[in-house]
Amino acid sequence: MTGTTGDPSPTAATSALAWEELVTTALLGTDRRTPPGAVSGREAPVALLDTAAVATVRRRAGIRPVRAAARPAPAAPDPRPPLPPAATRRLTTLLTDRPGTGGGRRGAAPDLMELLPQWLALANTHGYAAPPEALPALLDAARGRTDLRPAVLAFAGPRALWLARLNPDWRFALRAAPGGGASLPGPDEPERVRQLWQEGLFAERVALLTAVRARDAASAREVLSSTWSTERAEDRLMFLDTLRTGLEAADEPFLEAALADRSRNVRATAAELLSALPDSALARRMAKRATGCVAVDHTGSASTASGTPTIVVEAPHECDPGMERDGVLPKAPAGRGERSWWLGQLVEAAPLGAWSRRFGGRTPEEIVALPVADDWRSELHGAWCRAAVRQRDPGWSRALLGAPSTPEAGGPGAVSLAERAKLLATLESGERAEWVAGFIATHGLSEAFQLLGVCAVPWAPPLGRAVVDALNIARDAGSYPWSFSGVMGLAERCLDPAESVRLEPLTATPEDTEDAAPGAGGYWAEAFQRLTTTLRLRATMRAELARVEGTVD
Amino acid sequence: MTQQGVRWTAEQVLALAPDAASRKAGSKLAVAGPWSAAGTSDEGTVWGLCKGSGSKPYQTVIDVADSTGPAYKCSCPSRKFPCKHALGLLLLWAGDDTAVPPGQAPDWAEQWLAGRRTRAAERTTRTDAASGATSADPEAARRRAERRADRITAGAAELEQRLTDLFRGGLAAAEQAGYALWEETAARMVDAQAPGLAARVRELGAIPGSGPGWPVRLLEECALLHLLDQGWLRRARLPEGLAATVRSRVGLSGSPDGPPVHDRWLTLAQYDTSDSRLTTRRIWLYGTGSGRTALLLSYGAAGRAPELSLPVGLAFEAEVAAYPGGGQLRAALGERFTAPEPSSVRPPGITPSEAAARYGTALQDDPWLDSYPVTLTRVIPATDGDSWQLVDADSDLALPLTSSARSRPGLWRLVALSGGAPLTVFGECGHHGFTPLTAWAAEGTNAQEPTGQAVPLC
Repeated sequence: MTGTTGDPSPTAATSALAWEELVTTALLGTDRRTPPGAVSGREAPVALLDTAAVATVRRRAGIRPVRAAARPAPAAPDPRPPLPPAATRRLTTLLTDRPGTGGGRRGAAPDLMELLPQWLALANTHGYAAPPEALPALLDAARGRTDLRPAVLAFAGPRALWLARLNPDWRFALRAAPGGGASLPGPDEPERVRQLWQEGLFAERVALLTAVRARDAASAREVLSSTWSTERAEDRLMFLDTLRTGLEAADEPFLEAALADRSRNVRATAAELLSALPDSALARRMAKRATGCVAVDHTGSASTASGTPTIVVEAPHECDPGMERDGVLPKAPAGRGERSWWLGQLVEAAPLGAWSRRFGGRTPEEIVALPVADDWRSELHGAWCRAAVRQRDPGWSRALLGAPSTPEAGGPGAVSLAERAKLLATLESGERAEWVAGFIATHGLSEAFQLLGVCAVPWAPPLGRAVVDALNIARDAGSYPWSFSGVMGLAERCLDPAESVRLEPLTATPEDTEDAAPGAGGYWAEAFQRLTTTLRLRATMRAELARVEGTVD
Repeated sequence: MTQQGVRWTAEQVLALAPDAASRKAGSKLAVAGPWSAAGTSDEGTVWGLCKGSGSKPYQTVIDVADSTGPAYKCSCPSRKFPCKHALGLLLLWAGDDTAVPPGQAPDWAEQWLAGRRTRAAERTTRTDAASGATSADPEAARRRAERRADRITAGAAELEQRLTDLFRGGLAAAEQAGYALWEETAARMVDAQAPGLAARVRELGAIPGSGPGWPVRLLEECALLHLLDQGWLRRARLPEGLAATVRSRVGLSGSPDGPPVHDRWLTLAQYDTSDSRLTTRRIWLYGTGSGRTALLLSYGAAGRAPELSLPVGLAFEAEVAAYPGGGQLRAALGERFTAPEPSSVRPPGITPSEAAARYGTALQDDPWLDSYPVTLTRVIPATDGDSWQLVDADSDLALPLTSSARSRPGLWRLVALSGGAPLTVFGECGHHGFTPLTAWAAEGTNAQEPTGQAVPLC
């Protein structure tokens, strides 16, 4: 700090000159230049050092404050209540546990970083404000893990955006919050809406459209229509996607018009959205086409057991311009027959209700149970699955999932695991958990990972029990716990903390049996210890956050 | 020892960890799961059994209230000190009042504690005996001191000669000479038993080529080194305070001779600096009754953490004795009477102008001082492009932050804590600028008084 305020006084200017002279002499050496103020009888270098020492101490003793830079505008106040002290300490601990250290086998200690998302979700449910001094660590954590960002930014509040403007490392926070945190215009500000829509950056416009759509679908359509024809194709696609939330019959004319769009992706998305509106003209057209290809044969000629009703399929022979206009992609991917490709798309886009009428009032279960002639079964069922997911139809989902204990449910049936997971997501959470529990009880854990991922957290008691039982069976079978590390990790995050009591007996180290993998017992004990430890920690975390305002910690 | 009563915060426990890996490992053990039979006593002991990979759990016991800092004992084979079990147990104790309930220490913990008490008693007796022994042969001690002073004098004279040669040829030539020249000179100073001179010479070696303005910095440091040499060579003619400062700057550490000050000391800051051989821990204390500021130094060799550790923001009652030297802030921690516990006292603050003046005044007693500890009140962190300042809330004056402070993560904690509002900040103010070490935010209605928790920035 050498700055001075105000104009340098004459003496200051003189001493500055003298100092310059000293530095120059020091650089060149006293052999080449006589130092200022050299006194006879003293060696020149010593004289130089003497003078410099006095000057240095004088310079340092004379330091003054500098003129202030512009002060930052204060951060917006955060009205939320502060975190309870115990929860603040917990957050510090969770944030101290950074990834990148350690590695390899995980031992018996919990993985704290994995608990941060849950902690954040809980803190956000309670509506606490983040402690300001924790914001840098929170933003750093969110910078490295994009999945954490929404929860971190919600928790971090207005001061995090204020901070992000000062540090380029945290610029993602500003991108995530459109307009740098500036509030989006409200319903009573049509002029601001219009202006932001006309002049805003792409991300801001998407956020604006989403916000308007959420409160008033018709206004959103109006905003979108006003500039629709001038938007770039990629942008049209993104804007169209905002209609997915709160899709309603009134959207049909707009979507019908979009079926004629220049961009193939926009056409396909419009068609997909229309097909999710069961009463739309497109859905009716698709129903007509699809049901025209599929019929029930009562004569028995198509089946071995005569008299059994059988589904017969007559796939379309061509993809006519009408089909193409309704979003059917004419060109099949490599390795797929054109006719089955077209059929799949028609069935997928047809309203599921049409099939009951087509098959004489049969229920989805009865329809799914019908035999299908000529190896069309997997094609047809696959398309129904996609339709059930798209139309979020639990009745059809249930029928297509079948009973979790059927042998086919575990193996390569008509419906893949990924499709099952999607079908499960359309069911209510209790039913979902029951189904997955039944599946695990019959088929074990090796196929269950994807299905567990769509279950609600914390896991319902029957599901938790099924997972723990299956892990116990895997242990008894003598395999290593890291073969199940995915499920173990999920269990640590999703199992109800109340289950830790049931896990207690599993944490002891058993003797290695003859047929077991060497040392497996110890590793299992360790894995179960980590599981119980993590569950207890989660329970503590929850208790710390639940403390009501005003309670002494 | 009074009742232990107050638990520490997680930050305070984590500050005890020897390294980042221990902090992480300790944090993971700070849960009830692996622990059994954990408890704490009124005397300030915490114990517990930790399930490890083996069949027998580790026995961990910590004496939190020991007068020389927390003492640890764990049956695990770790060479880290404190080990992760001790850290985990302390964190658990700090965070969860139900997991470590009050109780009676088990036999194994009690044995260790009893052993410690016996040894502590012996140590006191031995120290008394040892001080008796040195005083028994003052003549030999005087001769040793004289021999060392002669060697330092020879070293200082040699250093003067080398500086003279350097300035005859010019600093521009020194840039080419490279680091070896300085290393060799520093080694000569080590031989001369003048570690203070050796350290200064080694720092000179890093200045050439250290960016714009290096000739100025090199001239300043050479001139101050010259001043120190001259001070040593003529120490007999210096006033006693300045002579003591010169002795300690040269590397004759001396021992604390000031009268013990009994006070309630608030820990303002604690931070480590380390080179390959040694970790130096600096702890700033504020005497809440006397208003004095004191610096405690603690060293750790070969990767070990320094033993002394005091949680920032907590206060404890103790005796502190100053080292000799004019205006010296360095002190030694004597007997401690209470465990660290939260305190509502905050150090009184001054303005940036007063802080700069405070450093200038301190140079009178110690011209080699790089910085002086001050607490600033009502300052706002502000940036001006690449640089940061602490701006006085009530004038348009500011202290720039040092470049090292700008690159630390603590800077962002400071900025976040402020949010554009005035803060109280403790730190070191010197010719490089200001280094913030701890901050307190104003909370609630009275914005004049800092009431928030101490937030460590280092």
